[in-house]
Amino acid sequence: MKWGQPLSLTLIVFSTATRSLSTSVQLHAQVQTKSKKTLAKPGVKNIVLVEGVRTPFLLSGTTYADLMPHDLARAALQGLLHKTSLPKDAVDYIIYGTVIQEVKTSNVAREASLGAGFSDKIPSHTVTMACISSNVAMTTGVGLITAGQCDTIVAGGVEFMSDVPIRHSRKMRKTMLALNRAKTLGQRLSLIGSIRMAHLTPELPAVAEFSTAETMGHSADRLAAAFGVTRLEQDEFALRSHTLAKQAQDAGLLSDVISFKVPGRDTVAKDNGIRPSSMEQLAKLKPAFIKPHGTVTAANSSFLTDGASAVLIMSEEKALAMGYKPKAYLRPAYGTPKVLARAGLTMDDIDVFEFHEAFAGQIMANLKALDSDWFAQTYMGRKAKVGAPAMEKFNLWGGSLSLGHPFGATGCRLVTTVAHRLLKEGGQYGLVAACAAGGQGHAMVIEAYPQ
Amino acid sequence: MAGVRALGALSRITARRYVLSGISCRTFSVALAMSARTHVNYEVKEDVAVIRMNDPNSKVNTLSVRMQNEMIEVFDEVLANDAVQSAVLISSKPGCFIAGADINMIQACNTSEEVTKLSQEGQKMFERIEKSPKPIVAAINGSCLGGGLEFAIACQYRVATKSKKTVLGTPEVMLGLLPGAGGTQRLPKMVGIPGAFDMMLTGRNIKADKAKKMGLVHQLVDPLGPGLKSPEERTIEYLEEVAIQCARGIVHKKISLTKKKGMMQKVQDYVMGIAFVRQQIYKNVNGKVMKMSKGLYPAPLKIIESVKTGLEQGPDSGYLAEAQNFGKLAMTSESHALIGLYHGQVACKKNRFGVPERPVKNLAILGAGLMGAGIAQVTVDKGIHTVLKDTTVEGLSRGQQQVYKGLNDKIKKKAITSFERDSTLSSLTGQLDYSGFEKADMVIEAVFEDINIKHRVIKEVEAVIPPHCIFATNTSALPIKDIAAASMRPEKVIGMHYFSPVDKMQLLEIITTDKTSKDTTASAVAVGLKQGKVIIVVGDGPGFYTTRCLAPMLAEAVRVLQEGVNPKKLDALTTGFGFPVGAATLADEVGIDVAAHVAEDLGKAFGSRFGGGNVDVLKTMVERGFKGRKSGKGCYVYTPGLKSKDVNPDIDDLLEKFKLTPNPSVSSDSDVQYRLVSRFVNEAVMCLQEGILNGPVEGDIGAVFGLGFPPCLGGPFRFVDTFGADKLVEKMRRYEEVYGNHFTPCQLLLDHAKDSNKRFHK
Repeated sequence: MKWGQPLSLTLIVFSTATRSLSTSVQLHAQVQTKSKKTLAKPGVKNIVLVEGVRTPFLLSGTTYADLMPHDLARAALQGLLHKTSLPKDAVDYIIYGTVIQEVKTSNVAREASLGAGFSDKIPSHTVTMACISSNVAMTTGVGLITAGQCDTIVAGGVEFMSDVPIRHSRKMRKTMLALNRAKTLGQRLSLIGSIRMAHLTPELPAVAEFSTAETMGHSADRLAAAFGVTRLEQDEFALRSHTLAKQAQDAGLLSDVISFKVPGRDTVAKDNGIRPSSMEQLAKLKPAFIKPHGTVTAANSSFLTDGASAVLIMSEEKALAMGYKPKAYLRPAYGTPKVLARAGLTMDDIDVFEFHEAFAGQIMANLKALDSDWFAQTYMGRKAKVGAPAMEKFNLWGGSLSLGHPFGATGCRLVTTVAHRLLKEGGQYGLVAACAAGGQGHAMVIEAYPQ
Repeated sequence: MAGVRALGALSRITARRYVLSGISCRTFSVALAMSARTHVNYEVKEDVAVIRMNDPNSKVNTLSVRMQNEMIEVFDEVLANDAVQSAVLISSKPGCFIAGADINMIQACNTSEEVTKLSQEGQKMFERIEKSPKPIVAAINGSCLGGGLEFAIACQYRVATKSKKTVLGTPEVMLGLLPGAGGTQRLPKMVGIPGAFDMMLTGRNIKADKAKKMGLVHQLVDPLGPGLKSPEERTIEYLEEVAIQCARGIVHKKISLTKKKGMMQKVQDYVMGIAFVRQQIYKNVNGKVMKMSKGLYPAPLKIIESVKTGLEQGPDSGYLAEAQNFGKLAMTSESHALIGLYHGQVACKKNRFGVPERPVKNLAILGAGLMGAGIAQVTVDKGIHTVLKDTTVEGLSRGQQQVYKGLNDKIKKKAITSFERDSTLSSLTGQLDYSGFEKADMVIEAVFEDINIKHRVIKEVEAVIPPHCIFATNTSALPIKDIAAASMRPEKVIGMHYFSPVDKMQLLEIITTDKTSKDTTASAVAVGLKQGKVIIVVGDGPGFYTTRCLAPMLAEAVRVLQEGVNPKKLDALTTGFGFPVGAATLADEVGIDVAAHVAEDLGKAFGSRFGGGNVDVLKTMVERGFKGRKSGKGCYVYTPGLKSKDVNPDIDDLLEKFKLTPNPSVSSDSDVQYRLVSRFVNEAVMCLQEGILNGPVEGDIGAVFGLGFPPCLGGPFRFVDTFGADKLVEKMRRYEEVYGNHFTPCQLLLDHAKDSNKRFHK
């Protein structure tokens, strides 16, 4: 798990955190005030998360079916504006992450921000890094602030799986392009005559990774097998995710979700993929990728999801100057062990874990890897294991398996959730980690802002 | 350009692993002694016995006597254990299930009856496996060949990993044998008659996914990546887990052993049920085999016969025919020759010069022609950073395109992915200058074969390379010491003679001079082995070993043409003797200009002995633009896109001018063949006599893999042993009377002729 982008940000920021938490976090929580060492470094700019929102995450092909990606992104941006009362010209830069690009809106950040009424003077760009695309959008923003270029950044992510670009075959495209250039009727007729049945077979967006020709589900199944993760463990984890998500939803903890009036349809206010089931029902499903002996099923994988997210990131001074009450400090880096080492923290210091659950098998394998001395020594060049996160701190409000996983939008959800959980549970440090296609990963330490 | 193209049929001979089938129970009584088992053990996991094979003394599992005896013991125990309902058969070795039976077991037999008995014992054992009341699942990871495959197909169910190392096949035919432990009887039932013939007659390796499609294995398992254990270890464990599930599934009737037949399958079965259709298939296959083998290889015919007997006369006759044919084949000279080549090839895949002081990580190649680009292609995918340098953009682009195309063709064969092609090509740098040569560990020059150009290049290169860098020269005839004369450090100069096309031809002839250091040689051999080559290391001299053997044969071929034999007939005579490529075609492939060049150079070096045909024939051809395949015309006319070729119509007039009158006493078809071959063989023996060759093994390997000497004869030295040196000398004396010293046998050959106990191969 490494992350390629050489973001050379300085060490975390810190300050004592916490506040006690009154409410009914159904799941205990360390509510007592803690006072841990500070990670703040003199002369280093503190960067804070002011607010984070997302549209409800919906199973693709449901209520969002007739929209386009920038519609969802726009909804998230408007939600953010609404929630923060941010002046539309107070933003220095807008960055969006997405994976499958709608060709008509390839810079979806620009289309969404103009649509949301942001000034056309605010530059906006789109980034892509598989499932951690919005993480990169955020870290790019953090980089711009650290470098002193910007003070206020809106970062977000969007994914729209209800409609994906399906192309003509390469041969057909070639013929059609040549037709454009054909000058005489004869040339045109001969080109049309060259079209064969095979040319009409459409090309679907790649489900397999280009470099390995392996699909994610297949890879997850192999990963689970490599770490000896059983079908039972995966199903249990998936059930846990759905159960916790349901509890969080019912308790009103998912406060980052904004409601969205879908044109021509109803207003949606809730994620619709949360379906707590029973172990018996989960056990009935057949493996989805490796047949017949695989362990990854439709139920223990994240489902195809539509959704968008957005966060407001600012330098601490700017946020305070504008009268905001930041939610947390951000600190991106390169994978869980590294980020901890750099922050001088151990697993025990972390109060809130939010890990991306692409597949139950994948997340279980990651947890086993973190808990294995052999893996740490053989593949990470460490003397000993990092240790697995405590499950009572782990993804307590559900995760990608249950809430849904709009590829490009998940990163912001994770970060916002950590901030909200820190507030709710009274913790000091949160850790976000996510994996992505291409053998990449991303991790970030988030520190509660003193309330 | 160096180059002798001897083509595809040869690569068929590359039995790479231990092969063979056949199980022996001869030492049964001895091994039953209650010693602890070392090769086979088993563990009962609830109701499934997991039988694990691991030969502690070898990298691969072979069906050795010991392995078989322990296997029978374990099998008996498993059958007797009431708690066990099924079994899984698996190897503990990563990369090898069973690579076959030990060839030595067959070579130790003196009569065909003994070998037949070996085969029958094997048949019996596998029959027990096949009829086992408790289902046995073969869990295959790595090579499953020969007897290993026969073992696997006797089991009730097969699960295989999709690892690149997993290959299934029956390579016996490449050793002149047949699958002798039930393979000829079981395979047709399992994969159909055409599929079975294809497997057994070509001996080719079948990858896991193809095996699944053919019906050879039932289920595939993905190899695993890093986890809580090493990928290899965990993959075997995973395979075992899946195989255990399968074994239980069979016992609990969740997995059916009779697979549902599709419509195509039903139709095929119906068609194959018609006796007339089967007869047509036998006839057809027989015809193809005869056409390809010219009847020189008995094994394919015996395979067809064994399959036919089983299908037409029932299993009893079939198994008997298989065992008897196996016995007969094991005693043929063809099988001995092919097994000899197999052993020789194994020997020539080792570096007898030790480990070089520093590994070659950066290699630079001068000249992006056919040879240079070919060398780049076989180097760049081996993790060596490769620089390809030429003097012109056009030449460089052509060379880079050749490398690209070579790799791209591998994608079409599904050997690599497009991603692997791209990342491999990123290790190749094309350039026109000497930048970066200061990092080169070895430079291989493949520039035009002209001593002056070579001298200029060596001086230029030595000015820019680091002191440890080796300078290898790719030439087919120029003596290395002449080239090294321009060097400031001759101990770092060595010859590396590649054969064209480099990516297809397996041989590499490495030439050392008196001054070449041992470390330089070790390094060159190490690079060659990395490139996947079979290597012979020979002494320096005009034409070294291979070109020197070929030259007199080509001189004779020119004479034969002058005597009025047309190129087609000449080709038919040579291929009829077992050469995969006819002499006229070979000359076209090498290039008539190269042949003329070599003939002239070696003629000067060796004098009248290298005479025969008139060199002016070749020179005139070159003048008229008939340079061989590369120029579109040579002995034949080559039309791009056409496989068939016609004799160049202008060649008749040309030959008319140089016409010689044949002497009827030495011009029969057979005499023409022996005139060609005896000059080749005599020169090879002389190379051994003069110490150019290290030994007869390298001589045989060089001739077969580099020049296409008939594999069924096993190389010139084995040919002398089998044919008889005395008989060969007798023929040569007869030709000598007509043509003089071209046919004078060398002293070593005469020694062997005098004393029939003297043999090149023991």
